[in-house]
Amino acid sequence: MADPMRIRANMVDGKVEVKVLMAHEMETGQRKDSKGATIPAWFIQSVTASHNGKTVLDAQWGPAVSKNPFLSFRFAGGKPGEKVSVTWTDNKGEKRTDEATIS
Amino acid sequence: MLKTRIFAIATVMTMLTAPFVASAQQDTIKEIEKYRAALGDGNPAELWEMRGEDLWKQKRGPKKASLEQCDLGKGPGVVKGAYTVLPKYFEDTDKVEDLESRLVTCMVMLQGFTYAQATKDPFGGPGKKADMEALVAYVTAASRGMKMNVGLSHPQEKAMYDIGKKMFFHRGGPHDFSCATCHAADNIRIRLQDLPNLTKQEAAQRAYTAWPAYRVSQGELRSFQWRLFDCFRQQRFPELEFASKGSVALTLYLARNSNGGTFNAPSIKR
Repeated sequence: MADPMRIRANMVDGKVEVKVLMAHEMETGQRKDSKGATIPAWFIQSVTASHNGKTVLDAQWGPAVSKNPFLSFRFAGGKPGEKVSVTWTDNKGEKRTDEATIS
Repeated sequence: MLKTRIFAIATVMTMLTAPFVASAQQDTIKEIEKYRAALGDGNPAELWEMRGEDLWKQKRGPKKASLEQCDLGKGPGVVKGAYTVLPKYFEDTDKVEDLESRLVTCMVMLQGFTYAQATKDPFGGPGKKADMEALVAYVTAASRGMKMNVGLSHPQEKAMYDIGKKMFFHRGGPHDFSCATCHAADNIRIRLQDLPNLTKQEAAQRAYTAWPAYRVSQGELRSFQWRLFDCFRQQRFPELEFASKGSVALTLYLARNSNGGTFNAPSIKR
């Protein structure tokens, strides 16, 4: 199973600032290994974040995003103590969901 | 990796076209600083720290024990600030040990791994993650913001420091290189990387306290043992054996010279 994400959620200027680090190889499919064989593409395709059952971010990603990506965004309407959950799905269908409490 | 390369090429281009090489070099350094600052927020090293904390607390090995009773130099189980006093002399092994060799000792003594198992694959690579680098990230992160304070009170520590110093200035290999060839003069660099003058206190502090680091170009967290291993490779020296006496001696020499500097790692590097 994929490694957990590191999620921080803090109140900044009345909004919730969410910072997410994801552990992922993010292979583009353009690289070759030491034997010259193409390394198959393997990257996160969709990222969603939700708060109180409502989607606050929905993104489609491609192979241009770096390895172990970092994502930062803000949304309105959150309060300290509430939870934010982030889910990514990669092109192999693998998924990972993690949660953080707003502070 | 590709993205980093594009960045590097772009920077080289600006250097070549700038009218004054000296000012261009200053600009380049400034631009690299900006790039580092931008990367600093959300350093993926934190992913290694998390994994390391988990490994530290997990019951592993034939003895089904965690590392929580491991004495890293400040007493059993004390992680906070432990890295600032390493390498140091340990009575139980009658040896001077750095963080990595001490972790190996704990894995052998507490968890029951063999020495060969504990030192296998200490550096991560494509498709394989190294437990050692995760543990190093976790332990070193607990010393962030603290001052380096490596002692030389024990005769063995003194002896190892002297060995480390000799190694630093020893010239050899097909290029007749020593560490000092690149690291004993001001304002020199290899491609775009500044080479710190490790014979000067301030530069030595800045360099030592920035390792371990997440290497963006490799997508891996790199320990100080890896840093030395790679320096040896670049010098075309024989391979530096992981956690060997020589590697600890050189680490002690460099760590001691950084005394008084504020530890600020795991950091992030290009």
